[in-house]
Amino acid sequence: MTPAVFAEFLLNGLVLGALYVLMALGVSIIFGMVGVINFAHGALFTLGAYAAYQLQGALGFSGALVAAPVLVGVLGMLIEATLLRRLYLQDPLQGLLLTFGLAMVLEQGIRLIWGLSPKQFDVPAGLAGAVQLGALTYSKYRSFILVSVVLLIAGLALFLQKTPVGMIVRAGSRDPMMVRLLGISLTPVLTLVFGLGTAFAAIAGVLSAPLAGVQPAMGVNVGTAAFVVVTIGGLGSLPGAIISGLLVGQVVSLSIYFQPRVAEASMYVLMAVILLLRPRGLMGERWEKFD
Amino acid sequence: MATRHAPRHLNRRQFLTTAGLATAAAAGTKDLFFPAVVRAQEPIRIGQLIPFTGFLGAIGEYGKQGATLAVEELNEKGGALGRKLELISEDEANPGVAVQKARKLIEKDKVVALEGLVSSASCLAVGDEVQRAKVLMINAGANSDEIRSKRCHRYVFSTEGCNTMYVGAIGNWLIKERKVSRWYFLTSDYAFGHDLLRVARNLLTANKGTEVGSDLAPTGTTDFSQYITKMKAAKPDLIFHNLAGADVTNFLKQYAESGMTIEVAGGVIDSAFAWPVGESLRGHFPIIWWHELNTPASRAWAARYVKRWGRPPDNQAYGDYVAVHAIAQAIEKAKSTDSGKLVQALEGHTLTGAMDGLKDRPLTFRAWDHQLLQPMYVVGVKDRSKWKDKWDIFEIIGEVPARGASLEDLAIPKAESQCQLEPLS
Repeated sequence: MTPAVFAEFLLNGLVLGALYVLMALGVSIIFGMVGVINFAHGALFTLGAYAAYQLQGALGFSGALVAAPVLVGVLGMLIEATLLRRLYLQDPLQGLLLTFGLAMVLEQGIRLIWGLSPKQFDVPAGLAGAVQLGALTYSKYRSFILVSVVLLIAGLALFLQKTPVGMIVRAGSRDPMMVRLLGISLTPVLTLVFGLGTAFAAIAGVLSAPLAGVQPAMGVNVGTAAFVVVTIGGLGSLPGAIISGLLVGQVVSLSIYFQPRVAEASMYVLMAVILLLRPRGLMGERWEKFD
Repeated sequence: MATRHAPRHLNRRQFLTTAGLATAAAAGTKDLFFPAVVRAQEPIRIGQLIPFTGFLGAIGEYGKQGATLAVEELNEKGGALGRKLELISEDEANPGVAVQKARKLIEKDKVVALEGLVSSASCLAVGDEVQRAKVLMINAGANSDEIRSKRCHRYVFSTEGCNTMYVGAIGNWLIKERKVSRWYFLTSDYAFGHDLLRVARNLLTANKGTEVGSDLAPTGTTDFSQYITKMKAAKPDLIFHNLAGADVTNFLKQYAESGMTIEVAGGVIDSAFAWPVGESLRGHFPIIWWHELNTPASRAWAARYVKRWGRPPDNQAYGDYVAVHAIAQAIEKAKSTDSGKLVQALEGHTLTGAMDGLKDRPLTFRAWDHQLLQPMYVVGVKDRSKWKDKWDIFEIIGEVPARGASLEDLAIPKAESQCQLEPLS
């Protein structure tokens, strides 16, 4: 393997990992704050891609990249406000069942609206082709994904660390009772966080669309990978989700180089090993409410 | 809050209960009365198993439309034996489900024959099942050689071409016309891919070419970047992919986007998966039928299809269309719907009349392995400026075997086949 080929391998793994990170961040903030494992995350990823497919004619790719996640985020907020909210005081299994059912409804809905055939979604004109970086030729669009994900993570970190709402989210994730006793209503915050998480899934969907094609089952594998990543990173830990997403990306990537047949299994093996050595995941802390 | 919400809850529940009861009642009515109405007319039912979900899902829609159009055309002309035909389509999903659905179609719906199938794994499983049940099946979409060779069955016929036919058409053209001899294989990790790889390797070895690399990718792979990087490093002069379904779309798209310039070809192509690649599509492929095929029957049928469904037919629509017509012809020829008689009628049968396979040359089911002998077309991606619409992506480079040559030249030779048909009983 020449250095250029090796670098390309690492970059491919990084792009794959970056998309895992986006998905896992969504799952993780929803779980941390709302306490629901969102099984519909893969379907919302798909919905994001279809929404962008529908909108890009009128808005162009950059417009669709903003508008599609906003629409899906609003749908997420509606789901939280009308369905999920009723189940908070019930057995947590109820919320899980709801999102599980929602995933099926969304996927079949997509089949009904857009049909079974994959939709054509081209790489945006300005980002087609490859860039030359010394001895390395690398796809412009993949580089764009990397930059976008870095910006999104930075944006999310700023939101959580520096804004008043972000602070309520962090406090509410840790100890909702105390936040309520301080006189802050968590109801709108829960809605917002669920919307934010689903918007992240949609962004990942839009970014994947030009590479992976838009078809009804496109979210299935990515959705599963997101849960693996969150489990490895530690439930509720955002830095954990980021580190774990990048790690899983590289592991899957390198296993394709050495032994493609085990590529899909590799992330599960990694998860099993991590859970044996560190049952809380890489960055999982002891949270009273999870014990 | 609670009191204000309570009535709404109740109303919603009442609504759901009512709606649920209405649905149940409608379903019940259908089950109770519909068969009685149907029984009076006694239609001949044909079962179709075709994927509506998973990585092959998109072509199921085309297959269903093709078969539906065939049934509608036949019914306009009075059906078969004076009885109407009726198509019942089910999702083949995976081999396990496909066998269950086949049983349901045979036992509950009492179909006289099955047709369809796309996944070779499902087709092999259902083939074993129809042989046990002694019901005719026409494979209209599965390519593995095994289906016509080692695991051929007396009750199974294939209108779809087999891997030997596809690879023979494209492989010989690549070696003779493009002079490529250092190949890199990328293969779908299931029955179809493995079989296609075996056939392609044999052809490459027979022509003294070199295999510079080979990878297996799981079905449903969405990111091919690592495979493409490996290819680039291996420096082949041809990438030969043995992929199927949505994987083809993803691979070809990412291949173009990675800045690769090495020639690419495939062991098979479904136009339904080539269309979504869009402008970045490149490469050469073997295809069993293409909607711009310039024969009068093909042109006329493609036009009817566009009128009925609002888009051109793909090769799977063609496959299921031919299969339904073949079943109808067998029924007319045997003057019966008995599966054993239908099998006898189809052995050595040449498709007749307006329905000649649309290819302007006689197509015949070989009696000893039940393969419909068909020409293949080598297609290349048209220059972008010549596309008249987004469907017009391929140009036909050649028909294999050429006009005048025997269709036997492309099929599995009898000496190499392991097919032993069971006695008809």
